[in-house]
Formats: sequence, structure tokens, C-alpha cells
Amino acid sequence: MEPSTVVRRTPFYDYHRDAGARLVDFAGFEMPVRYTGDVREHLAVRNGVGLFDITHMGEFEVRGEGAQAYLDQVVTNHVGGLAVGQALYSPMCRPDGGIVDDLLVYRYADHYMVVVNASNMAKDFAWMESQCPTGVTLGDRSAETALLAIQGPKAAEMLRPHVPAEALELGYYRFMTGTLFGAPATISRTGYTGEDGFELYFDVKYAQAVWKGVMAAGTPLGLELIGLGARDTLRLEMGYMLYGNDIDDVTTPLEAGLGWTVKLQKGDFTGRDVLVKQKAEGLKKKLVGFTLEGRRVPRHGMAIHVGGKVVGVVTSGTFSPSLERPIGMGYVEVAHAATGTALEIMAGGTALPARVTARPFYTRGSHKS
Amino acid sequence: MAYPDDVRYTQEHEWARQEGDLLVIGITNYATDQLGDVVFVELPEVGKVVEVGKTFGVVEAVKTVSDLYAPVAGTIAEVNGALGDNPALVNQEPYGDGWMIKLRPSDPNAFAKLLSNSDYEKLVEESH
Repeated sequence: MEPSTVVRRTPFYDYHRDAGARLVDFAGFEMPVRYTGDVREHLAVRNGVGLFDITHMGEFEVRGEGAQAYLDQVVTNHVGGLAVGQALYSPMCRPDGGIVDDLLVYRYADHYMVVVNASNMAKDFAWMESQCPTGVTLGDRSAETALLAIQGPKAAEMLRPHVPAEALELGYYRFMTGTLFGAPATISRTGYTGEDGFELYFDVKYAQAVWKGVMAAGTPLGLELIGLGARDTLRLEMGYMLYGNDIDDVTTPLEAGLGWTVKLQKGDFTGRDVLVKQKAEGLKKKLVGFTLEGRRVPRHGMAIHVGGKVVGVVTSGTFSPSLERPIGMGYVEVAHAATGTALEIMAGGTALPARVTARPFYTRGSHKS
Repeated sequence: MAYPDDVRYTQEHEWARQEGDLLVIGITNYATDQLGDVVFVELPEVGKVVEVGKTFGVVEAVKTVSDLYAPVAGTIAEVNGALGDNPALVNQEPYGDGWMIKLRPSDPNAFAKLLSNSDYEKLVEESH
């Protein structure tokens, strides 16, 4: 597939523009990066409730007798262990163990939905199609699927009058189908923020009705619109991966600390042989979190030093609005990966002292366990 | 976006205002809009000599970082200590309390060669 040069817009584009959002090209979509300010938006999600348009993400539908076996072949986590109404986070690996993408698998009564990163949509579809057996159908529903996330400790209070009562009882990574502001929707208790909340999937033809309903329900509770900027700082405070930054084609789930998503005992899957070997031989590098004193901020690509020698590289960094200090993640040689290890982050000519820190950085999130 | 006419500008998005023998220097509202929330400003020591177009400091925002470039050559006469406790002043009042340094220019005529607000506005528009 040729990469598209046409910048796409979600059905909520006019609302973003009218709200004064700064719009940027993200993975081929013109997306809101910021409405009022990164810190204000971030804290609104930590303390209240925020609304994210994440329609740019890709949704694939997998149907057929062999759908579960097929998905268990392409992803590392165990799809066969899912109950109907349950969702699963998993890497999808290449034969060499490198990560094609990280994604969610939803098990419905009669099919599965796979939710992928916008930046990888075409690559993922081609990759999955190339392994799709006879009797399984793989469909791309991205263009007709709208996706809004409502996240924050007040999310449940905000949606209580508008969702079926069972939706409020669902645990983390559980979902149901139901009606929401007149739209048939998937109501999922998932998110990328560490807070309680919902991700709502519905047909784009209901976009206006749902947006207006959500805004009317949220305004009395101080609902704020949240851009991709705060989405990134929220996920980084939780130590969640961002594909293209922290994980990519040349890092494995084990190196990224995603061992809990690699189910070697489930049977064969793409990449398994390499991951078995890597586990047996031990890792050379490992993703760690670190915090810094002062206010200089680590950034993607900066070198990590110990004793004047390069031992790694920063993959993500930001100023944490909740902790009011700089935080980051990066790969380091395993000898320097233990919590408490002193590192130096090289910001141009300046060495910023850092210390390996357990993740999540932010531990007071309201998300369900 | 409006750019005040009592200061002059650089293509690196700094502004300079004449104050007696000194030039007060900060970054423009266009720059703060691009950067987002400023969390730290690293400023030089008083007495340091800076060259035109060379970096005199760093501004860290939540999402990104940018060097600060001297609009004219000179000597640092004062730095804005208030930014240490409250870097958000840069976002709130980029042309006021969010100023960064005061510079004693080595060439008193250098200021007049900086961009006018209409030239700066044109430059910003052309970059889009």
C-alpha cells in the first residue's frame, strides 16, 4: 500500500477547530495536540474528567471459525484465555521477535476486534493479512469507526445517566455493547492514562450526536478537551509504551519489560522461538524508567551515560505535571538497569543526573484493577 | 495573532525592547504557542558576553525544548530571576513579566536592524 499524502480528518475536526485547538499532522491525521495547555489538560484528567478524540486509531474485525487460533498465532498474549466482553493488551511480533505493533484484542460473542496504532495501520493490516488462513476474514473498519476516550476520576459519574447500569460495574479491560446517546456502541473500560474511564467505539455516522451528548453530560462536571500532548504525558507517567518511541521493529517485548504479555506456554506464535532463546540467554538491554533532579527534561534520542560511557538511549521523556519533575524511559545495558542506579542523560553538552526508578511513576491513578 | 509594535523581532522568535542603554529580550507569543507550557528557562550569568545568533539559554516546555538565540551581540546585564520560581510567566506574559535577559549591546545600532512587527508577522505567515 502506498502511504497516503492526503491528511485525513476525524468527524470531530470542526469541534477541535472551534475549540481553538492547535492541530498537527499525526500519523496522517490532522489531530488536536493541545486546546488550552498541556499541564492544565493533564491535571484535568488526573483530578476531574477529560475527553480525547482518538478516532485516528485503527480497528480491524476478525471473524470465522479459526479467528482465535489465528490471533493467537499473530500476537504474543493469550487470546484463547479471553472471555466474551474482555479485552487484552498484546504486542504483535515479527519472526525475529521485533514488535510490529502493540494493540488491543476485544472478544465479542461472534468475532474479535483488534485496535492498532494509527501510525501502523497499513503495515499491521498487510502483516495480519499475509498470515490470515482460509476460513478467517480480516476486515478494516477504521474508516467507519469513531473512537472517543473519557478518562478521569469523574468519568463514571459523568456517564452514569447515559450508559447501561452494567457498564459502570465492569472491571478494567472489560467491555459491553449498548446504546450511548442513541448510538450502538462498544463501551470499554480501558484507557491510556492510568485513570478510571471509558473508550467508546461507534459508527462515524453518530459522531455529532455522541459528541453533543458527551459535552452536555460533561460540562457541569468540568469536562475538558484533551489533546495528544497531554495524552502523551499521561501515558508516560504510567510508564505505558508509545510505539515508535519506546518499542519498534527492533525491540522485543522482553526488552521492553512486556514479559507479562508474552505467553510462551500457549503454543506456537510468530516470534516465539526468538523470545524463548532471548529469555534463556538473558537480555542485553532493558527498558527502564528514570527520574531527574532539576528541571531539564530528557528527550527521545538523548544518550544515557554511566561513568562517561554510553550505556543506552532515551526513548521518551517529559516534564511530569503530576510529580512536577522530569521523567523518562530508555533502554540501558542490563548491568545498569537496577532501580536506584545513577545515570547521566546527555542533553547537548550537559550531563543531567538521573536515577533508575520503578514504574509507574504516578501511583495514585483511579483506574480499576 | 497580534505582535506588539513597541518591540523588534528575530526570525528565531525572540523579541527585544529598548530600555535606556539596555535591550530587554524575551520570546514571542508565537514561540510560546508553539512550545506549550514552559517549565524551565536556563539563563546565562550576568557579565557573560554573547554573540549575535548564538545561544544564550534554553527553554524547556513539557513537550519540547528550544535554544534561545541572542538577537544582537552584547553583555548580559540582568536575568529574570522570577522565572526560576514561575517559568509559566513566559506563557502568561511573554512581552511583560516573562522577559528573560537584559543585554548591553556592543553596537547601539544593532537594534534598529531587527525585524519590525509587520515583517515578523509576514515571516510567521510564510512559515505556514
